[in-house]
Amino acid sequence: MLDVGRHPHIELLAYSEVEAVEGSAGCFTATIRKKARYVDSAKCTGCAACTEVCPTIVADRYNENHSTRKAIYSWFAQGIPSTHTIDTDHCRVFQGKKCGACQKKCEAGAIDFEQRDQVIKLEVGAVIVANGYQVFDPSRIPEYRYRDLPNVVTAMEFERFLSASGPTHGHVYRPSDLAVRNEIAALEKQEARARRGLARFEEKHGQSSEAFYQQQRSGGQPAEADLQQWLEKYEEYLPLKTRLDALQEQAKTIRTAKKLAFIQCVGSRDLRFYPFCSGFCCMHSIKEAIIAHEHDNDTTSVIFGMDIRAVSKGFEEYKVRGGNKSNINYRRSRVAEIVSDANHNPVLVYEDTKEQRVKRETFDLVILATACQPADGMADLAGVLGIDLNQFGFFATSPENPVDTSREGIFVCGCAHSPMDIPESVAQASSAASRAVQAVTQANLLTVV
Amino acid sequence: MKKEQRKDEDLRIGVFICDCGSNIAGHLDCSSVTDYAATLPGVVYTKENLYTCSESGIHEIQDAIKKHNLNRVVVASCSPRTHFPLFSSSCAQAGMNPYLFEMVNIRDQCSWVHMGQRGIATAKAKDLVRMGVAKSAGLEPQQEIESSLIRKILVIGGGIAGLSAAQALRGMGLEVLLVEQENELGGLLRQLNVLDDGSSAADQVAALAARVCAADGITVRTGATVAAINGYIGNFTATIEHEGQQHEETVGCIVVATGAIPLLEAGLLGHNGTSVITQMELEQRLKQGPLQASRIVMIQCAGSRNEEREYCSRICCATAVKNAMLIKRAMPLANVRILYRDMQMYGDVKEKMLWDARGLGVGFEVYDADKEIQVRDGSVVFHQAVLGETKELPCDLVVLATPLVPRPESATVAGLMRVPTDKNGFFLEAHAKLRPLDFAADGIFVCGSARFPATSVEARTQGIGVAARVAAILFKDKLIKSAIVAQVDETSCVGCMGCLNVCPYEAIKYDSKKRVCVVQEILCKGCGNCAATCPSHSIILRGYRPEQLLAQIRAL
Repeated sequence: MLDVGRHPHIELLAYSEVEAVEGSAGCFTATIRKKARYVDSAKCTGCAACTEVCPTIVADRYNENHSTRKAIYSWFAQGIPSTHTIDTDHCRVFQGKKCGACQKKCEAGAIDFEQRDQVIKLEVGAVIVANGYQVFDPSRIPEYRYRDLPNVVTAMEFERFLSASGPTHGHVYRPSDLAVRNEIAALEKQEARARRGLARFEEKHGQSSEAFYQQQRSGGQPAEADLQQWLEKYEEYLPLKTRLDALQEQAKTIRTAKKLAFIQCVGSRDLRFYPFCSGFCCMHSIKEAIIAHEHDNDTTSVIFGMDIRAVSKGFEEYKVRGGNKSNINYRRSRVAEIVSDANHNPVLVYEDTKEQRVKRETFDLVILATACQPADGMADLAGVLGIDLNQFGFFATSPENPVDTSREGIFVCGCAHSPMDIPESVAQASSAASRAVQAVTQANLLTVV
Repeated sequence: MKKEQRKDEDLRIGVFICDCGSNIAGHLDCSSVTDYAATLPGVVYTKENLYTCSESGIHEIQDAIKKHNLNRVVVASCSPRTHFPLFSSSCAQAGMNPYLFEMVNIRDQCSWVHMGQRGIATAKAKDLVRMGVAKSAGLEPQQEIESSLIRKILVIGGGIAGLSAAQALRGMGLEVLLVEQENELGGLLRQLNVLDDGSSAADQVAALAARVCAADGITVRTGATVAAINGYIGNFTATIEHEGQQHEETVGCIVVATGAIPLLEAGLLGHNGTSVITQMELEQRLKQGPLQASRIVMIQCAGSRNEEREYCSRICCATAVKNAMLIKRAMPLANVRILYRDMQMYGDVKEKMLWDARGLGVGFEVYDADKEIQVRDGSVVFHQAVLGETKELPCDLVVLATPLVPRPESATVAGLMRVPTDKNGFFLEAHAKLRPLDFAADGIFVCGSARFPATSVEARTQGIGVAARVAAILFKDKLIKSAIVAQVDETSCVGCMGCLNVCPYEAIKYDSKKRVCVVQEILCKGCGNCAATCPSHSIILRGYRPEQLLAQIRAL
C-alpha cells in the first residue's frame, strides 16, 4: 500500500468516485468526484492531534463496531493517504452545533469546514476495475440469530479480535463479556462522580454516607433540607453501586473464548442468497483457528462445512496441519440452528453425518464465514463504465479474455471479477495491468501509423 | 549519491523508535528507549512514532534529515525484510545516501518474544538500539550498480500459459522467443475433449497458437529444448537445441511455462486403461464418439491428498463434473456417480456446474478416505461416509481423477536456471501470496501448471499476468541494483576458491590469469556466505564489513 502511495508514477485519488468514462480504449476521459474531506490533504501531516480533541465518539467500522473512533478520523493507523477526514454525519459542526475543536488544535491549519467536492477530468488510456467485494450480512439468515446472540460473530469481526491492534489487542474476549466490561467502565465513571458528590456532605458532617444512611433509616426523616438532599443522593448512589459490584464479580469469571465453532457457507452455496462458492472462506476459517490456537494453546475449534475447499498451492497441507497440530476438527455438516444458553454461550444444533445423529453442542464463540457478495453499487458502477454484469452480479468476462470486460480498454481483477483468494487476485491484477498496457501500446501504435 | 560523506565529518545520527501501534509499545516502554537513544554517542535527534512506516512517520524522518542535517538514520521497528527498502529509499529521497541507513528489529526480536515482560523487553530494546547506533556510525556511502537490459524474452513451454505470455508480451511491443519441446504447440489442451463452456479445447488452443505463430516479433521453435542458461537478469544467454544443433540466444528475462501432466500410474486403484481409466483417457474416448458404457463410477483424489502427494490438484473435481454432465447429456439414462472427499468446485462458475450436474441426475457419494476403496471386476466397493455404511456400486467403467504432477523434465529446467521447486516438484514462486508469478531469482518468472495445477482460464490469466511482471523490468532504460554485494581484495586473495563453493548464485568466478576470485556484482545477492568462508578475510560484504559488525557486537 505504501509502495503504491509513494510511487512517483502513481497518483492516488482516495475518497473519490468515478462519475463517467467517455471515449474509447487509448483515449478515455474519466470524470472523477474527489469528495470533500474537510481536511486539506496538502497540509495534513496525519499527526492525529485532531482526533484527540474531537469530542464526538462514533462506532469504528474498521473494527467492525467493536471499538470507537472520533468524528474526525483516518480509517486505520497505517492507512494511505494518512490525511484525516471529517465524518459529516456525526461532526458537531455539521450537525449545526458549536465546536471546531479540531480546527483550533491543528497546527498545520489543515481543517477546512468550507471545503467542497471537486470534480476533475482525467485523460487515460485504459481503466482497471478492482472494487472488490462486500461481506454478506448474516442477519439475513434467521436461524443463525446473528443480531440476537452477542457471541455469534462474522469472520471479519473475529479477524479484528485476533489482531494485536484490534479492539481486544489480540485476546479473544467475547462480545457479551466486552459488553460487561464496557458497562463496568461506564458505571465506574458514574460511581466516581456520585462519590465525589457524597464526599461533600461527608466532609461537612464528619460522617460516612453509609453510617448516616443507617442512622436515618432507623431514626426517621431528616428535618434539614441539606440532610434530605444527602439522603436522596445516597439513595441514587446505592443501586449504581450494587449493579457495579455485581458486574465486577461477574467480570472476575471472564475468560477468553477457548471453544470455537466456525460455520462455513454463510450466505454462499445457498439458493436463498448466493448460489456460488466464495472460494476463500474455508482457508480463512482454518487460518483464524490456527492463529487462535497459536495465541492460546488450549483453544479448540470445530469447522462445520459441506466440503473443505483447500485448493490452492499448499492449502491442503495447511488444512491437514491445522487438524494435526492446532486442535481443529473438520466436521461435514450444515448447522441447522444456533440458540443460546443462560450464560450467552451459543448452542449449535446440527446433524453429525459421521454418527448420523442430530446433536446439540455448546461453544464459547461462533464465527460465521460470510459470503463474498458483489459490492454494493456494482450495477451503478457497471452503468457508469458501460460494462456488463454476469448472472452472479460480478463483472462479466469471457474464458478467452479472462480480465477483459465487455467494453474495450476496461479490465477487471480480484473479487469484482469473481470470488478468489489472494494469490489468484495478485496474479489476476498483473494480468489486468498487462492488458491495460497492451491496450495503450496498441492505441499508440495506431496513432503512429 | 547526492551527498558524499567526508570521513572527518561529525556523526549526526537520528534514531526513530516505532510503537507499531501496540505491537511494540504494548510490550515495552518505547518512550524510555527513545530517551535512552538520545544519550548514545553521535545521536543528535530522536523521535518516537506511532507507526514509523506510515506516511507521517516517513515525513518525520525526511524532515529531520533536512532540518537536523542528519548523516545517519536508525529506525528501530519491525522486520528489515519487509521495511528496510522503504526506510532506506525514503532517506535517499531526503538527500541522504541510502546506505547510511540502519534498521533495528525491536518487534519480532523483542516485543513479540518477551510479551508480558515489560522490564526485560525494554532493557533488550535499549541494547539492540545501542548496537544499531554503533553499527550505523561505521557505515559508508555506496553507489548503486547499473546494468543494461535486452528487450527480448525467452518463454519455455508452448501450452496455454506460454502462448498467452508470448501473445501478451508481443502486445506490449516486446520481442519473444518461444521454445516448445514437442513438435506442436498447445500442450495438454490439445489432448482434451471440450472445455467447461462446451467449446473444443484443441480448437481454442490451436487458434491462439496460430495467432502467436503469425505475429511479427515472436520466434517459435518447436521440437526444441533449452540446453543451458547463463548470465543474469537483463542479459541471459540461453543455449537452444533445435534439430540437432545448438545455438545461443541472448534474452533479458525468462518465463517458465512448462506445464504439468496427469498422473498415470499402472495398477492405481486397478487402473488398466480399458475398464479402469483416468479422466484424461476418458477425455480421449469422449473425443472419439459415444461412450460404450452406461454405469460409470468416477473416483476423485486417486493418487492425491495422501501421504505421498499431500496436495489437492485443484482442477480434477471440475473435470469430473464436466465429463459426468457430458455423458448425462448424451445418454440421459446412464448412471453416473462421483465418489468424492470434498467437491472442490470453488468460485462462481464451478459451483454452478455442481448444481447443474445434480439437476441432470449425476450422483454424488462421499467416501471415507481412511477406508480403502476396492475396484472389483464390475463394481466398486467403498465406505459411504454420510450413510456410515459400506456400499457396492455395479459399474462397467471406472474413471480415476488423478492429479496433475510436474513433468519429469521440470527438474532439469529448474537446475538450468537454479530456481527452486517445492516438495511436490512444482516450481516454487518467490512468495506464496504476494508474488505468485515471480521467482526469488531476478528476471525469471513462472506461470500455469508448472507452478501448480491450473484450469485453462487460470493458466491463461497467469500467462497474461507474467507479461506485466516482465514489462516492469524491461520497460526501464537500465537495471539499477543494490550496492550491498561482495568485494574481493585482490592483494590478499590467494585464489583458494573456497568462496566459489558456497555461493548459491554462482556469482563468483576464478580469474586464472590474476589467480584471484572475482565477484560478478550483478549476480551477487549480498548473502555474505563468501565473506564468512574466506580464510584470508579477503572477501567482504559491503555494508557488513568486519569492523562494522565488530562495533555492533562491542556495543553489547
